[in-house]
Amino acid sequence: MLSNTGNFLLLINIFLSFLIIYSSLKCLKIKNNSIFKNIYHISLLQSTLVLICFFTLTSAFIVSDFSLITVYQNSHSLKPLFYKISGTWGNHEGSLLLWVIVLTIFSFLFLILNKNHPKNYRLYTLIIQNLLILGFLLFIIFNSNPFSSIVPIPKEGLGLNPILQDPALAIHPPLLYIGFVGSSIYFSAAMASMISNYSGSLFAQSIKSWVLISWIFQTLGILVGSIWAYYELGWGGFWFWDPVENASLLPWFAMTALLHSLLVLEKRNTLYFWTIILCLMTFTLSVTGTFLVRSGILNSVHTFANDPSRGIYILIFLSLMIFASIYFLFSKYKPTNDLINANSKETFVLINNWFMMFYLITVLLGTLYPIFTDAISNNKISVGPPFYNSVIIPVVIAFLFFMAIGPQAKWIKNKFSNLKSILLVLSGAIIINFAIVYFFKSYSLISNLILISSLFLIMSSIFDFFKKSRLSFPRIISHLSFGFLILFIGLNHNFSVEKDFNLKLGEAKKIDDYEFALLDLKLSQENNYKAVVGKLEVNNSNTMKRRILYPEIRIYDNPQTLTYEASIQTNFLGDHYLTMSNIDRSEYYNIKFQHKPLMIWIWISVLLLSFGGFLSLFKNAKNN
Amino acid sequence: MQKIIKSLIVLLLIFTLLIFYNSLNRETNYSTEYLVGNKLAKINLKSFHDNKIYTSKDFKKSRYTLINFWASWCAPCRIEHPYLMQLSKEKNLKILGVNFKDKRINASKFLNELGNPYYYMAKDTTGKQSVNFGIYGIPESILINNETIVLKKFVGPLNEQNLNDIKEIINSL
Repeated sequence: MLSNTGNFLLLINIFLSFLIIYSSLKCLKIKNNSIFKNIYHISLLQSTLVLICFFTLTSAFIVSDFSLITVYQNSHSLKPLFYKISGTWGNHEGSLLLWVIVLTIFSFLFLILNKNHPKNYRLYTLIIQNLLILGFLLFIIFNSNPFSSIVPIPKEGLGLNPILQDPALAIHPPLLYIGFVGSSIYFSAAMASMISNYSGSLFAQSIKSWVLISWIFQTLGILVGSIWAYYELGWGGFWFWDPVENASLLPWFAMTALLHSLLVLEKRNTLYFWTIILCLMTFTLSVTGTFLVRSGILNSVHTFANDPSRGIYILIFLSLMIFASIYFLFSKYKPTNDLINANSKETFVLINNWFMMFYLITVLLGTLYPIFTDAISNNKISVGPPFYNSVIIPVVIAFLFFMAIGPQAKWIKNKFSNLKSILLVLSGAIIINFAIVYFFKSYSLISNLILISSLFLIMSSIFDFFKKSRLSFPRIISHLSFGFLILFIGLNHNFSVEKDFNLKLGEAKKIDDYEFALLDLKLSQENNYKAVVGKLEVNNSNTMKRRILYPEIRIYDNPQTLTYEASIQTNFLGDHYLTMSNIDRSEYYNIKFQHKPLMIWIWISVLLLSFGGFLSLFKNAKNN
Repeated sequence: MQKIIKSLIVLLLIFTLLIFYNSLNRETNYSTEYLVGNKLAKINLKSFHDNKIYTSKDFKKSRYTLINFWASWCAPCRIEHPYLMQLSKEKNLKILGVNFKDKRINASKFLNELGNPYYYMAKDTTGKQSVNFGIYGIPESILINNETIVLKKFVGPLNEQNLNDIKEIINSL
């Protein structure tokens, strides 16, 4: 029943996409500046039906309808309701429906919210967006249909991977999808802009809010993913330069560059083609990331069951997208003589773009290089954190300095009248840095430079706050929080403490300033897993503080899996992080304890960063 | 000039897409099952204790060698350690332990505490050498014969079943 409903809705949606494209083409031939009413209606109907289609799948998960293969493979009747619901997008097929939701809703909203822009531009955007929607709907119907049924109907489902049964991971995909699938709308708008010759600052205004929305959600999506990795994977790290993490970071770099170049296009009417390239690049990178993850070329927790036909389809789709973009770009490209003064705000925005491109290319190379060497020379190599850290970190230092100075520059022609105050702030940053070194301990030159540059950015932003008008408030918040983010990551990295040892029940051990005791072990039975819960006492002889931590070893039934749950105590100064794992045929448990200073401030900085984006969105919406 | 740049961009994109297409039909990057039955490529491992370099020649002496990749920071390595201790008593087998991305002092502590099953000990501080063995995570173990042909590969901690498999192979003749 649900299978038929779902399939029927998918087919109707394909029909509606064709209808929208047909009506839009018809409307383009008519010479007045208004769009047919029925195009609005069909678009609204399309968004509504896609949502209903999604809720049909969600209800199949809620009632555990195992006649659907997707539900059978990814759910279980004993799973808590919350994870039954999040299971809808916790798999390949269901997540594609979420893709289509974002594509259609953005398409509809762009249509109705941009009424003051020319008809042709809006219609071409709608046509291209619907071609994308069609591509994904056909992919769903022919290759990855979440409504495929199974006969005979199994009595019980296979369950959802336990490490995916987590609140953070339930909201991580929707956030990220709004981010990178949302970028499709300015991909379509950029194509439409080239086709309909609608360029310049008005074009910039039409997409600015969409770029901001996708950037905010992409930032939040990456944040939630990192928080999950931090407490769930049990290593105490939050960024691993895993190829799949990189796949989410690549569009983020492109979006960030785009946000900045849009400022120049809006204010000074230059850098049009560069902005178009960034628009096209963002969504292309998003689809490339999807291809790499879904085709199984990259292996990770994100890899759903491998199926090469899936990869072929996305690859064809990606190729069509790339060549269509290249075709329009090359045929419309006119070399422009953008005269930009070397000392002006425009130059500083361009510098931001160069840095972003540098990060993007570095991460892209690091991610693709192993695939290339494997294909060309059969040589399997892995590119790990040392590569990214050594290439990216030194460049971040210069980046932070430019980020602090850039916003002070004026449009067109700038004079650095405030050199004195810059030097003052810089000396302040250096003094604070050495105070940190003096009071805590010494660390490397590069750490010193990271701290100095981030403090410089923080202090400059704070000064700015008191000097500038309310208008630059969103920018100040974002730059300030980025400075804080790098500062806290730097401090966290330098002052983390890690202890690794074995303990048995009733035993105590003293290591440096810490004393650990395994006081108790309890067996607990939860709804969908059993757990061995340890009670560990941690005493710090320096601060005279006593803490009790409860790490768990969980045994999930469906599918049978063992997971180690970290026990984390968070406060404003730092996290105490402890994991416990059993040692086979031994009464000892392996304990890994970490003290990670200022952890929560890393998360707060990223939240604040996206809040800056949100304020900017609000300001932009109010102005237009 | 502009034409050349445009053609180069198109060529680069086509090349990338072709590589993607090619990768689809390959073994997944990390699957190393293909190693079984093949001779190990050049072995070049630094000794854990001194400046000696282990090469294929060193493994000719024993009929079978189990190459085990481990580290003190790796919790599953502790789980498999008792099995390695059992295997170290086998006559036909010598175990080479490759200490992976580890600190010397922690590694020594680990062995003092749990026992040392290794006949040879090598180190791979950067993790680069292990890539040649198709290692992407630890623990992993590779069973080879005296001609350095891979007989079996074990991904993840060794278990009772693996222990019996190894014993069966090394005692078969």
